[in-house]
Amino acid sequence: MSQVVRKISCIVCPMGCSGEVTLENGEFKTATGYTCKRGSDYAKLEVTSPKRMLTTTVRVRDGELNLLPVASDKPLPKNKVLPAARCLAGVQVVAPIKEGDIIYENILDLGVNIIATRDLAKR
Amino acid sequence: MNKQLFDVVIIGGGPAGLAAAHSAKLNGAKKILIIERDRELGGILQQCIHNGFGLHRFQQELTGPGYAQRYIQLVKEHPEIEVLLDTMVLQVNKDKTVIAVNPKQGVFEVQGEAIVFTMGCRERTRGAIRIPGKRPAGVFTAGAAQRMVNMEGYLPGKKIVILGSGDIGLIMARRLTLEGADVQAVLEIMPYSNGLTRNIVQCLDDYNIPLHLAHTIIAIHGQERVTGVTCAKVDANMKPIAGTEFDIECDCVLLSVGLIPENELSEEVGIALDAKTNGPIVDQRRQTSIPGFFAAGNVVHVHDLVDFVSEEGEIAGKYAALFAQSKLPENYRTLHVMAENAIRTVVPQKIALDHVSLDAVRLFMRVGKPEENLMVEVTGAGEKVLASKRLPIAKPGEMIVLEIPIDKFADAGDSIAVTTRQVVKA
Ligand SMILES: Cc1cc2nc3c(=O)[nH]c(=O)nc-3n(C[C@H](O)[C@H](O)[C@H](O)COP(=O)(O)OP(=O)(O)OC[C@H]3O[C@@H](n4cnc5c(N)ncnc54)[C@H](O)[C@@H]3O)c2cc1C
Ligand code: SF4
Repeated sequence: MSQVVRKISCIVCPMGCSGEVTLENGEFKTATGYTCKRGSDYAKLEVTSPKRMLTTTVRVRDGELNLLPVASDKPLPKNKVLPAARCLAGVQVVAPIKEGDIIYENILDLGVNIIATRDLAKR
Repeated sequence: MNKQLFDVVIIGGGPAGLAAAHSAKLNGAKKILIIERDRELGGILQQCIHNGFGLHRFQQELTGPGYAQRYIQLVKEHPEIEVLLDTMVLQVNKDKTVIAVNPKQGVFEVQGEAIVFTMGCRERTRGAIRIPGKRPAGVFTAGAAQRMVNMEGYLPGKKIVILGSGDIGLIMARRLTLEGADVQAVLEIMPYSNGLTRNIVQCLDDYNIPLHLAHTIIAIHGQERVTGVTCAKVDANMKPIAGTEFDIECDCVLLSVGLIPENELSEEVGIALDAKTNGPIVDQRRQTSIPGFFAAGNVVHVHDLVDFVSEEGEIAGKYAALFAQSKLPENYRTLHVMAENAIRTVVPQKIALDHVSLDAVRLFMRVGKPEENLMVEVTGAGEKVLASKRLPIAKPGEMIVLEIPIDKFADAGDSIAVTTRQVVKA
């Protein structure tokens, strides 16, 4: 049986409690050191399936600006953030663009869309 | 030269200026002008492509450009608000004439009944912190690098060291990593980071970027281009400790060492500044020491939440509009607000009392260093406590807000103090 202890700082509120999570054979066992339940819930999620939003830019042709800021429409698994960003680095879109337009559908087959976060007029 | 006349002239089209313009319109101003030196409105928000904006105001997590767009839309709906882009204000005079320049009109003048300063802030540079060494290419401020990466589309370097662990430095560490650069380390001279825990976790820990607390850069190497830095641990007086030096190879150094309110224009008119915030001394209406001149946003004190910037802009815009219409209520007394003990700064620094205003006063404060189990109290004449708030934790990076009903000030004397004391943990 393998036991792993991981230090996880809670980010739910400004207290920023630092606690420890114990995993047994990769399964969540206990969380200690958190002032409230929200902290231990967060820590559990953080060790079992951490998720993050992605914000980045894509290149634009014929736009007022050369870059368009974009964001994921929901969080993606933490370890997919960097691959998704690298995938978007090769994408180019054509102006005009409206906030909320889907720029990349179902990125890396994760069921997450990448959307524009501002309007961008044609040059 | 025939100069145009406006009720309210707003200098700077960031979130503070946009909110001020909208609120001036809602409060009766008929002719409002926003002057912005950039090619578009939105200010610093346009380069802050990460999310985390607007949780208070819009109850959703927006990106910087998303938040800006909502306010730009509000402003565009009103023909009373004119916007001049690519236009830089050069000088403002006591008689409220504003001298500006743009490529179309050259140098020109406009006249305001009231002026609102919303110029934001600028970054401290290497000169402000004095790192020895030559001046090779590859040293940038974090904000300049943010603009490069997010708006212009090129990387400041491939191997990066960041000095300063405030939120801008942390956000840039992640941003550059996502763009394919190698962030070697973040160094922080203080024994703690002023950044949010959330940013430390999601911008550094997620990408295994080391954060060296109580460390600084003591030399930058390279002739033409940066080739590396020498770092060292610092003691309690922030002096490098001999024997702790180590080198990091890099081709780029980003400085995220603080922001200073942009107040050259306000100073030239003779507006009194607060030595601690580096911004104008204002009352709760955001009127400065010269009647008819108002200020809001990062020009007053550096904010970390854009929601508060918008709130301040709305206040300044409202009272500037009332001033322009000669409707600003007459003051019968002005109270001074003092920051004491753990509190380093407080805005507004003055409270103007009249016989008609009903608006509660919100005090925005910062502590000088991290504190635990703090009781913040606002006291008036005879040590009477007007308001208090208990904080399990207080960090310099997070603004403390206390709301006080206006009638509480009536018998508070000539000054009130914001003080703190330690309380035992419940
Ligand atoms: C890098 C960074 C990251 C941030 N991250 C967050 C976050 O995650 N969440 C959050 O809520 N807040 C965040 N903030 C804080 C918030 O966005 C800012 O405090 C806010 O944008 C400040 O608004 P402002 O209108 O006072 O200044 P600015 O946005 O700086 O606007 C000032 C405007 O005035 C113009 N100007 C200046 N001088 C002149 C002149 N002489 N003539 C004409 N125009 C002039 C400038 O061009 C600029 O457009 C961040 C801030 C920064 C710098
Ligand atoms: S554990 Fe609870 S108190 Fe501690 S940081 Fe998380 S949410 Fe805040």
